[in-house]
Amino acid sequence: MYADLIHFFTTHWLGQAIVILAECLAVTVPLLVAVAYMTYADRKIWASIQLRRGPNVVGPFGLLQPFADGLKLLLKETIVPSSANTVLFLIAPMITFMTALIAWAVVPFADGWVIADINVGILYLFAISSLGVYGIIIAGWASNSKYAFLGALRSAAQMVSYEVSIGFVLVTVLLCVGSLNLSKIVLAQTGWFWNWYWLPLLPMFVIFFISALAETNRTPFDLPMSEAELVQGFQTEYSSMPFALFFLGEYANMILLSAMGSILFLGGWMSPIPYAPFTYVPGVVWFALKIAMLLFVFSWTKGTLPRYRYDQLMRLGWKVFLPISLGWLVLTAAVLQFGGWVPGK
Amino acid sequence: MLLQALAFYLFAFVTIAAGGMVVVSRNPVYSVLFLILAFFNAAALFLLIGAEFVAMILVIVYVGAVAVLFLFVVMMLDIKITELREGFLKYFPIGALIGVVLLAEILFALGIFGGSSPTIAALDKAGAHIGAVENTRAIGRVLYTQYFFLFQSAGVVLLVAMIGAIVLTLRRRPGVRRQRVAEQLYRPKDQAITVVKVPTRGGVS
Repeated sequence: MYADLIHFFTTHWLGQAIVILAECLAVTVPLLVAVAYMTYADRKIWASIQLRRGPNVVGPFGLLQPFADGLKLLLKETIVPSSANTVLFLIAPMITFMTALIAWAVVPFADGWVIADINVGILYLFAISSLGVYGIIIAGWASNSKYAFLGALRSAAQMVSYEVSIGFVLVTVLLCVGSLNLSKIVLAQTGWFWNWYWLPLLPMFVIFFISALAETNRTPFDLPMSEAELVQGFQTEYSSMPFALFFLGEYANMILLSAMGSILFLGGWMSPIPYAPFTYVPGVVWFALKIAMLLFVFSWTKGTLPRYRYDQLMRLGWKVFLPISLGWLVLTAAVLQFGGWVPGK
Repeated sequence: MLLQALAFYLFAFVTIAAGGMVVVSRNPVYSVLFLILAFFNAAALFLLIGAEFVAMILVIVYVGAVAVLFLFVVMMLDIKITELREGFLKYFPIGALIGVVLLAEILFALGIFGGSSPTIAALDKAGAHIGAVENTRAIGRVLYTQYFFLFQSAGVVLLVAMIGAIVLTLRRRPGVRRQRVAEQLYRPKDQAITVVKVPTRGGVS
């Protein structure tokens, strides 16, 4: 009976389809719960920074607040402006949300815990994260509104600029690993926490994190939706569920970039101390803790820093990060080559 | 196998249909969006034949960067759609001619018109290299050894084009107020911010 079941799920096409569906749900559902509680954590952290209490009314400690908000958005009326391009207007939030979700297919949560362990995993992540900009730019154009359009243009320019330096950071890590597979990238960082790539590649880690802020349109780079100039940027005309999809997509993207950061620089599912009591903790817990740590820095930055000026943002991307990351890439390559540390020859 | 064939025909059909829509759609923004759809399906076709690296690079470079800038520019243009229609018939013959020439070149390279095809021979040779190696590594090995000079000269051509574009668009306007970034950065802290110790439940006035 048991053997029959295993046979069914591993060989029969229906069984395999059920397994794939279950895997997708096993990633998506916790991810959406994480997104919900990320909004809660964000608000609590900002509240603490500003000496407030934050959400504390709905449920114990306000823990049900995200669900109350979700329900509220769900029940509101979806307003499509009469001069908007209806089809594109509604497709845009879906694109943002979908790209934020499909990227998780290649993320390894623990040793062997990955839906698709593809050879070019890191390129896939990079490709998907560069697609996120379409949701925003299409939203801005389809809304047929000045503020939305200006926000979209800013966002497009900003994301394309910072992707360049993220690309160089990725290449630097790849040089040290010798593979594009995400699981292999994590396995290459086996050992104590100072063996993880954050220390040898510290400048790259800093550049990656700052570029991740720009890539997700978060403070201090949230110019696409800076409320003082552009109302709410590309989201201005959105309400109800389309708005909620943008919101969820944005937070899922933040979690995704934090996951990327922990895989590339913080040893993914590895425990910081490679000895007994710490290695009993499941890898997925360490992974979640590392993501949570990076997400905390996201919120902390938002509570602390003022917004950049747009020309400063562009200068930072093109004139500071690009030369530094390119230089560090050449340096890493030279060190690996002449130090005889080139992996996987 | 059947599933693979079905997937191939689906992606191939959508690629061609999207390509057609790029040419005939009335709104240039739709054209660019269809172009993106065509890129995506081309990437899927690459994936089907196991060229995962090329597929990902296609998405990153063309969809993630080039098409975004296309969209960026096209959205800012103020184009009258009727004017575009008038141009269509005028430019159709030359467009069709270029298309036919490109198609003929591909067919010729593949040896459809008889004769041995150097392209196929090169592909076979490269295929022998690949074997069990993952295809990122395989491409790297060929690109940085056998085709090193061609690869580098392609890079130089792009560099020249880039410098050319910068030179053509660079203009010095008089009377522009520039940001002096160094001066802004070297402003001492005490001129820029005031640090206030806020007592809890006290606030600041």
